[in-house]
Amino acid sequence: MSMPYYVAPEQVMKDRAEYAQKGIARGRSLVASVYDGGVLLVAENPSKTLHKISEIYDRIAFGGVGKYNEYDQLRVAGVRHADTKGFAFSRDDVDARSLANLYAQHLGNVFTHEMKPLEVEILVVELGTAQRPTQLFHVGYEGTITDEDHFTVLGGDAETIRAAFASTYEAGADLGGALKVAVAALAGSDRTLSAPDLEVAVLAEGNGRRTFRRVTDEEVAGLLAS
Amino acid sequence: MMALPLFSPQSDPGPDFTALLSNEGLLPLSGDASGVQQAHGNTVLALRFDGGVVMAGDRRATAGNSIEHRAMEKVFAADRHSAVAIAGSAGMAVEMVRLFQVQLEHYEKVEGVALSLSGKANQLAQMVRSHLPMAMQGFVVVPLFCGFDVERGVGRIFTYDPAGGHYEETDFQTTGSGGRDARTTIKLGYRENQSREDAIELAVLALYEAADADSATGGPDLVRGIFPIVATVTADGYARVDEAEVATRFEAAIARRRELGGYGGGELR
Repeated sequence: MSMPYYVAPEQVMKDRAEYAQKGIARGRSLVASVYDGGVLLVAENPSKTLHKISEIYDRIAFGGVGKYNEYDQLRVAGVRHADTKGFAFSRDDVDARSLANLYAQHLGNVFTHEMKPLEVEILVVELGTAQRPTQLFHVGYEGTITDEDHFTVLGGDAETIRAAFASTYEAGADLGGALKVAVAALAGSDRTLSAPDLEVAVLAEGNGRRTFRRVTDEEVAGLLAS
Repeated sequence: MMALPLFSPQSDPGPDFTALLSNEGLLPLSGDASGVQQAHGNTVLALRFDGGVVMAGDRRATAGNSIEHRAMEKVFAADRHSAVAIAGSAGMAVEMVRLFQVQLEHYEKVEGVALSLSGKANQLAQMVRSHLPMAMQGFVVVPLFCGFDVERGVGRIFTYDPAGGHYEETDFQTTGSGGRDARTTIKLGYRENQSREDAIELAVLALYEAADADSATGGPDLVRGIFPIVATVTADGYARVDEAEVATRFEAAIARRRELGGYGGGELR
């Protein structure tokens, strides 16, 4: 009978983290930032139907990068959680923080207990009200959760994009300005991205109860050209 | 409720919010309620015009002979392009509408596209059908559903029976205790491809006549300034007709009747 090999827990975690990071780095990145009319979400995504950015609830949006089937399952779970909570209590009781915590718990559990970690990073954004501030919750593949007030970047190349974005970002920019900065940061110095390569959505007032709105290719092209 | 609702592919409820709720034990249903004094809501109607549908309903809810509410809302936006109005057991009906609204939005968010208008009508039929055990105990809920079919570019109206049957109407329909009077009024005044304004006026007259003949239907409450709810659904979506406009139309109808000794004085020859 052969003895199982001993592998140090540090090594196990390191291997899993590396595995997840590699998986995430294979996909494209996503930027979310606050602008003067709400929150802008921009992802590099040539597909028009397999979304990285989606609506969760009246004032909450979801962003996912990495393996599509894994983050999409989490997106649907988020919609279910939010709709059930809003139905059982009130629409005002649905908030991004509790949902982000659930994602963090789930990702953390999978990372420690399952064979394979989830190769995803999740963003939960809530458009603020007079009572609640606008918040961006970034959940990592191992369950770490961070909250940002102004902008956040998800994806394999996040550090480079974050640096590029931070150097040009201005608080209080309008939609066109914020979009240009985000697209330039996503593209990097040696590429240009145009409307068909992008998935863009906003959380903004002016659309009634549901603040999530997808920005069409024509509108994106117009904003980038302006 | 406090855990992330994840399912295995075999047990996944898909975009069905009702199935999800029953999974969580939150589905409002069942129990013996016979003999409970309940509030009833009364006349609602829908009629087509060129470019959409008008839906309207009175504001009264009764329990037996007593007026329980004077400002109840019976016309709701189901989603952006559809509306639902309710007559029958008020508490049950409002809860059913709430569930229906969440179901439509839930489907749209999970699937990424909205249900077709026929799909929405069918979904509501399933809710009415699953409500049948309660209907047998007297908690009858009969909704009226209408919407703008964005694929076909027309307004469409659907009616229901308590067993969950649903039928598409061509031009107009009413339901509730004053429904017959309202229906006759619309039948006499209806014109194909009428304008939005004419349809709103006809809806107002129909509700006036229903309230005139049916004690359970509330007319315009001039003392408290409460008027029936009138809404339209067009390509631009659901919109409530401004209360001031509804009030003006009711005042005109009343002035005409005052002048003519209580009659409408129409031209039906």
